[in-house]
Amino acid sequence: MPDAVLSVENVTAGYVPDLPILRDVSVTAEREKLTVIIGPNGAGKSTLIKAVVGLLSVSRGGITANSQDITGLSPDRMTSAGIAYVPQTDNVFRTLTIRQNLDLALQKHAHASERLSELYKRFPVLADKQRDKAGSLSGGQRQFLAVAMALAADPVLILMDEPSAGLSPKAAEEVLDHAKQLTSFGVTILLVEQNVKQALKRADHCYVLAEGRNQIDGPATDLLQDPALGRIYLGGERRVSA
Amino acid sequence: MIQHLVDGILVGSFLSLGAIGLTMAMHILRFANFSHAELLSIGAYCALVFDKLFESLLPILAAKIGPLSMTGALAISIVLSMAITGLSAVLIDRFIFQRVRQKGEELSMVFASFGMALIIRNIIGLVFGLSAELYSKDIAFAMILSRDPLLLVKPDQVFVLIAALILMFALHLVLSRTTFGFSLRAVAENPSLAQVHGVNLKRMIAAVWIIGGGLGAVAGIFYGLSYQITPVMGRDLVLPIFAATIVGGIGSVYGAVLGGFIVGIASNLALVILPSGYSPSVPFLMILAVLLVRPNGLFGEARA
Repeated sequence: MPDAVLSVENVTAGYVPDLPILRDVSVTAEREKLTVIIGPNGAGKSTLIKAVVGLLSVSRGGITANSQDITGLSPDRMTSAGIAYVPQTDNVFRTLTIRQNLDLALQKHAHASERLSELYKRFPVLADKQRDKAGSLSGGQRQFLAVAMALAADPVLILMDEPSAGLSPKAAEEVLDHAKQLTSFGVTILLVEQNVKQALKRADHCYVLAEGRNQIDGPATDLLQDPALGRIYLGGERRVSA
Repeated sequence: MIQHLVDGILVGSFLSLGAIGLTMAMHILRFANFSHAELLSIGAYCALVFDKLFESLLPILAAKIGPLSMTGALAISIVLSMAITGLSAVLIDRFIFQRVRQKGEELSMVFASFGMALIIRNIIGLVFGLSAELYSKDIAFAMILSRDPLLLVKPDQVFVLIAALILMFALHLVLSRTTFGFSLRAVAENPSLAQVHGVNLKRMIAAVWIIGGGLGAVAGIFYGLSYQITPVMGRDLVLPIFAATIVGGIGSVYGAVLGGFIVGIASNLALVILPSGYSPSVPFLMILAVLLVRPNGLFGEARA
């Protein structure tokens, strides 16, 4: 049986009680793999990630991360459980400097200064601009800061919500490449993406959600070749009827 | 004119202290807390009680400090009042505002704060009576800084200004140099993101009330040192403190400091051209002007 770092089992969740957006959704993220979740707008992809990190309450089902039941765990205890989250937008504190953002993310780390040096080594652009306000960074740089903050607490699992959204094609590829690289450093990545083709090229496994439910899942390379998926999400055979 | 300017700076010092707590609570909890100025009353009356208590228990503390009308007893009372007022603010939030927050909307919070203000004001009136109180009944002589133009300043006023500036600088250091300060600013900017980075939201909200209550207590005591303390001082100060917060921009501590001085100076300079009875209208006019011309204030940011 594959070594699952995250196991979401039959989860039902939503923003308003009795009005679920996710219905019986199950997703597994295997250790040191990049798992991607795709689906049309409103499929519940971001809702799923928010439910995992405790920003939404789960009305049914269970979530296990790193052999620990994290269903209903408050968001501020996620870093202690080895889970980090990079939201799609507003993922850094714009009014704080880059250094202050990182210090905040490192506040519970036992060796914060050593970890800060490692992060600066991995993201040299952040070291060069450490006194600048995070709000002054470009979209790509801001995304790197968000990833650096997520990495600060040495997480086992990082959940990323559309990290390439709003970036130039080059910056988007850089960010996705970096997400893939992280798996070779022992981090498991669960990624929600609209940039389906680029995400599938780098992912190990893919889940497709629609209308808040699981549709299909399988190895990313297989789904990339799937003509049905291509028609729906990659635009390959899409036609506009007159 | 110069006398009004100096008086305005002195008034601005305690308005700024009051506005800091208000702007932090308004930004993080997203409601206009009309009971915030009552924390100044709580602080001022707490200090009055402790001042009398310490003077009777330890007569040595009844001695005045240098040229100030303030005694050693009052100096110790300031610290205790800060703690008690901070704690009062936390309890008011825990038992009143938090419950309303969980069930109601922002408007419900505003009405709850109006009600809370009335309750606090009337309890103080009931316990201490409606007449004005003074920390010292001795006549405080002003120092003549200039004869032409005439410029008079009391030693207490100089102390109030310096102490207020020291407190503001200390808060600046906390916010700009410590992880606790970064956490407070992070919660103000994006509470959800702060939480997923390990910041405990409940603790930070309590910290905001403690800081706001503590600084509010100092503002109330300094107001009492400069004028007198009455159960309705919160009612008299609520508008200038709101004006300072709005002029500075909701959420900006530095804006609240600057806003406090701007409102204090403007209210006092208005006395040059307006009868003193019209002076309380100046903060109100400033709120209207800022909301019309620059709704986010000097340092505030638009938010969804």
